[in-house]
Amino acid sequence: MNAYQEFSIIGSRPVRPDGLDKVTGRARYGADLNMQGQIYGHIVRSPHAHAIIESIDTSQALATEGVLAVMTGADLPEPGDSVLGGGEGAIALKDLSPMVMSQGKVLFHSQAVAAVAATSPELAAQAAALIEVSYQVLPAVTDMHEALGADAPILHADRFPDGFPEEPTNLAAHISLEVGEPDAAFERADVVIEQTYSVPMCHQGYIEPHACVARVDAAGQVDLWCSTQGHFMVAQYTAALTGIDVGKVKVTASEIGGGFGGKTTVYLEPLAVVLAQKSGRPVKMIMDRGDVFRVTGPAPGAQTRVKLGATQDGQLVAADVECVMDSGAYSGNPASFPAFMATACYKLTDARSTGRAVYTNKPKIHAYRAPSVPQVTLGFELAMTELAAELGMDPLAFRLKNAVEEGDVNMMGAPYNRIGLRECLEVASNHAHYKAPVAEGEGRGVAAGYWINAGLQSSATLNVLSDGHLSILTGSPDIGGSRASMALMAAEVLGIPFEHIHPQIAATDAVGHCDVTGGSRTTLATGQAVIQAAEQCVAEMCRRAAAEWKVEVGVVTWSQGAAHYGEQSLTFEALARRAGTMGGPLTFSSSLTASSAAPSFGVHICDAKVDKETGRTTITRYTTIQDAGKAIHPAYVEGQMQGGAAQGIGWALNEEYLYDENGVLQNAGFLDYRIPVASDLPFIDTVIVEVPNPLHPFGVKGVGEVPIVPPMPAVAEAVYQSAGVRLRDMPLNPPKIVAALQEQ
Amino acid sequence: MSIQEFVAPHSLSEAKGFLSDGAAASVLAGGTDLLVGVRLGTRNPERVVDLKKIPELTAISIDAEAVHIGAAASAFSILHDSDVPSFFPGFAEALDLIGSTQIQGRCSAGGNLCNASPAADSIPALIANGAQCLITGPAGDHQMPVEDFVVGPSKNALKEGELLVALILPRPSPQTADAYLRLTPRTEMDIAVAGVGVSLTLDENATCTAARVSIGAVAPTALLVEAAGAALVGTQLDAAAIEAAVAAARQSACPISDKRGTSEYRTHVVGVLVARAIAQAQARIVEAVS
Ligand SMILES: Cc1cc2nc3c(=O)[nH]c(=O)nc-3n(C[C@H](O)[C@H](O)[C@H](O)COP(=O)(O)OP(=O)(O)OC[C@H]3O[C@@H](n4cnc5c(N)ncnc54)[C@H](O)[C@@H]3O)c2cc1C
Repeated sequence: MNAYQEFSIIGSRPVRPDGLDKVTGRARYGADLNMQGQIYGHIVRSPHAHAIIESIDTSQALATEGVLAVMTGADLPEPGDSVLGGGEGAIALKDLSPMVMSQGKVLFHSQAVAAVAATSPELAAQAAALIEVSYQVLPAVTDMHEALGADAPILHADRFPDGFPEEPTNLAAHISLEVGEPDAAFERADVVIEQTYSVPMCHQGYIEPHACVARVDAAGQVDLWCSTQGHFMVAQYTAALTGIDVGKVKVTASEIGGGFGGKTTVYLEPLAVVLAQKSGRPVKMIMDRGDVFRVTGPAPGAQTRVKLGATQDGQLVAADVECVMDSGAYSGNPASFPAFMATACYKLTDARSTGRAVYTNKPKIHAYRAPSVPQVTLGFELAMTELAAELGMDPLAFRLKNAVEEGDVNMMGAPYNRIGLRECLEVASNHAHYKAPVAEGEGRGVAAGYWINAGLQSSATLNVLSDGHLSILTGSPDIGGSRASMALMAAEVLGIPFEHIHPQIAATDAVGHCDVTGGSRTTLATGQAVIQAAEQCVAEMCRRAAAEWKVEVGVVTWSQGAAHYGEQSLTFEALARRAGTMGGPLTFSSSLTASSAAPSFGVHICDAKVDKETGRTTITRYTTIQDAGKAIHPAYVEGQMQGGAAQGIGWALNEEYLYDENGVLQNAGFLDYRIPVASDLPFIDTVIVEVPNPLHPFGVKGVGEVPIVPPMPAVAEAVYQSAGVRLRDMPLNPPKIVAALQEQ
Repeated sequence: MSIQEFVAPHSLSEAKGFLSDGAAASVLAGGTDLLVGVRLGTRNPERVVDLKKIPELTAISIDAEAVHIGAAASAFSILHDSDVPSFFPGFAEALDLIGSTQIQGRCSAGGNLCNASPAADSIPALIANGAQCLITGPAGDHQMPVEDFVVGPSKNALKEGELLVALILPRPSPQTADAYLRLTPRTEMDIAVAGVGVSLTLDENATCTAARVSIGAVAPTALLVEAAGAALVGTQLDAAAIEAAVAAARQSACPISDKRGTSEYRTHVVGVLVARAIAQAQARIVEAVS
C-alpha cells in the first residue's frame, strides 16, 4: 500500500528547471569551466594492444619550456588487492587503476602510459610526443573465442576465476546457476529449440566527451570539476587511485551530456589531480572523441546459446542459457547479470544459466544501460519468438501465458512483489499498432525485457527560502530530467507551486552522500530522500502553526500548501517569511539506503522494412510499453523509453566495434561508429503502464534502463519477417543482410 | 605545427601570389575537410588562403551554353540561391546529401572535388553531367574534365600554385536529366558505401541518345563508366539495356573491403544504384516533357 494514493501535481509535465539554461547554451558542461592559471594535460597512449613497458623517458618533455609536470603510472600507488564499494557494485583497484594509467604492462591499444601538463593544449601535445616509451610488443587477441583457445596470448598470468585454479587462461569469471531439474524437464517438452545469438562490443555513444579540471591547493585540498554520473564516486575513486584522503577531495559535477552508465567511473580525473599536485597549477583535461571510443569502457560483446522447451499448449517447461561475454582487458564482471536475469520474464521452475567472462586486448567493459542484459535478452527473446512460431502461437500470447507475476521466483531467488509484465503484455496485445495489419513487404517483431533496478544511497537537503521558495540540494547528477522529478515530488508533499522550487546538484562537501545516477535509481531513491525531507518540513511547519495557535500539533492539518486548524490557516510562504521569529531557519535533510527498488518490465513492438536489393532496413513503426510504477514526470519517462529504444535500434542495425588484427579500433568516431540519427528513426510511440511499486511512497519504479533491453530481438524478428532470412548475429547491417539473401 | 598565417585575398592574382611564394599553403573554401584534417593532424599548412572573398570563386552564373559554379560557392548558395537545382536535380541532391544544414552552409562543390575523396558525393554527379574544371595557375588558365581531375585518393591534378576557379557544366537540353543516388547505412551524416551519378538524354521516341554513368566509392577515384553509358544509348532503356549498364558498372568497380562495407557488397550495391538512378533520370525527363 503506497503512502500516497491521490496526486495533484505528480504526473503533470512542467518545463524542467534546467531547460532554459540548456537550450540557451548557458549550462556548463565538463569542458566549460576554466580555473584561473590553469594548464592543460595531454595523455601519452600506447600504440600497441599488448606490450610490456620497458622504460619511459620523460626527460626531454620535462625540459621543454612551458611544461610544468609529467607523470607516469609510477606516480599512482600500486593498486594491491583493495576493493572499492561504490555505486553499482564493487570494483577491484587493480581493475580500475590501469584503465586510468597502466603500470608496467599495456593490455589494450591507446591505454594511457604517461601524461604531460603544459601551458597550452598544443604545447602539451608536442611535449607528449617527446616522451620516449620503449615497449616489448606481445601478440594481442581481441576475439573472445580466440582468447579462450589454447594458443592465445594470456593477459593475466596471475588471475584465476573461482574454481578454476589450474593453468592460467583468459577466463575472467565463471558463474553457473540452476533451479529445479532442467535436463529432466526438457524431456517433458513437445518442442525444443536451440540457437546461438551474438552481439558485438558497442559503445554508449554519449555526446559529451569526458572532461575535467582539477586544482590542488597548498594544504593539499583537491577541488575537482567534471562530467560524471556521480561525483561522490569520483571523489572516492580519485582518492583511492591517487592515495589522497577522500576527505580532501571535493568534487563538483558539471551538467552532463549523456553517460548511459559510461560515466560511472573515472578516466581523466586522477591524472588531472596528480598533474595539478605536481605542477601547483589547476589542470584541465578533455578527452577527444577518438579516445572516448578507444579507451573508455564499452558494453561487452556477447554470444548466447539458448535452449528452450515448451509443451504443445505453450507452457514453457525448461530453459538452458549459456552466455560468453567479452570483459576486455580487466575484470568488468559482465557475466553475472545475464546469468541471473536471462530468464527473469518467465515462470521457469527448471532452468540453467551459465555465464563466462573472457579477457581480451580491448578496453575493460563498463556499464551501459541495463548492463549486459540486452545482449542475453537478444538470445532469450528471439528464441521465445522462434519457439512461438514453432508452436503456432502468437508471440505475445505465448509470452503472456508464461509471464511472471507477483509471488514468482526468478534465478536470483527472491519472489517478485507487484510487477507489471502481464499488464504490459496485455496493453501490447491490444495496442493499435499490434492490431494493425503488417504493411506489404514489412515485418513485425515483439519482445519483452526485464531490468532489476537499484536502490542504493541517497541524500537530500531542503532549504526553505525567506520568500517562500524552496531550494533542494541533492548529490545526484541530473542526466534525464531528475531535477524536474525532485521538484514535482517536493511540490506534491508541500503543496507549493513547482516554479517556486529550485533543485540543484550540490558538490560533495555541500550535501549528504549520493551514489551514482545509475541503476535507474535517482527518481526512486533520491526522490524518496526528497519526499522524506519534505515530510519533515510539513511536520515542522504544522508544529510551528500549532504553537502559534496554541493548540495540540495533532489537530493541525496540512493541505494545499498551508497548515489549517478550524478557520485558521498559515501558508507555506507565511511560515517561511516568519521563520526567524517562529523557531529559526527551516532546513531539512534526509538520507537513506533505499530498500524500495523494484524491477521494471517493458514490451516493444517494431515494424521494419528491408530493401532486399540494398539490405538497408528502415524501421517504419515502433511502440514501447513500460511499467513505470508511477510516472512522476511522464514526459521524461517517455524520453527514457524513446532513448532506450533508439539506442537499442542502433545496436541492432549498425553499431559495432571493429578491430584490426593488431587490436586497433577501426571506427573510433561517429562517422563510422553508426549510432542512429533522428531521421533513421520513426516517431517512437510510448505507453506508460502504472503498476505502483508498493515499497515506494509514491509507487515509483526505475525507468531508465529497461527500454534498451527489448529492441534487439524485436528488430531482429521484424527484419526476419520482412527479409525472409533469419539472422542471429547483430548488427543487421546492409552487407550482412545482402550476403544472407544471396546465400539463400 | 600550427597554422602560422591566414590570408583572405580579394582577387585571383593576389591569391596566386600567396600560392606561389614557396610557403606551405592550403586553400580554404568551406574548410569542412581542411579544418577537420588540421585538427586530426593529417593536414599541416603554414598558411591558409581563404578563397571566399574572391568574386569569381563564389559566383554562380548561367548562360546559353553552360552553368558556371564558383569553386568556393557554398552548397547552400547553390541549392537555395541559384537555379542550378532546376538544371541538375541529381547534382543538387548530391550536394544536399553532404553533411547537414550546418555543413552545407560552408562546404563547396569545389572543395568536395579538390579534396578528392573516393566517396565524395558531388563528384559522380559532376562527371555524369560532363563537368569541366576551370583551373588557373602560374602558367595561366586551362580546363580539364572532372573525371581526369581526381587522380587518386586525396590526390588531384592541380600543380604547384594552381587553383580550381570554377566548375563548368554544359547546359542540359529539356530532354536531359540527371540523378544521383548513394547508399549509406544511415539516412544522413554518413559516408557513401557506393554512389552513382547518371545523366540521360532521350529523344521524342524515348530512345536514349546520350548517357553518362559515373560510380563513386567503389574505386580509388570516381569513375566514368563509358561502357555503361554505351549500353544505354540507342535503347529505350529496356531491362536488357539496364542490365548491361549494371553489369558494366559492376565490372569497372574495384572496391576495397573496409569498415564501411565489403568489396562484394559494394560491387553488388553499385549495380543496384545504377539501375535505380537510370530509372530516376528517365522519370525526370518523362515528367519534364509531359
Ligand atoms: C560532418 C561532416 C559531414 C560530411 N558529410 C559529407 C558527405 O556526406 N558527403 C561528402 O561528399 N562529403 C562530406 N563531408 C566532407 C566535406 O564537407 C565535403 O568534402 C565538402 O564539400 C568540402 O568542401 P569545403 O568547401 O568545406 O572544402 P575545404 O575543406 O575548404 O577544402 C577541401 C580541400 O580542397 C582544397 N580546396 C578547396 N577549394 C579549392 C580550390 N578552389 N582549389 C584548389 N584546392 C581547393 C582544400 O585545400 C582542401 O584540401 C563531410 C564533412 C563533415 C565535417
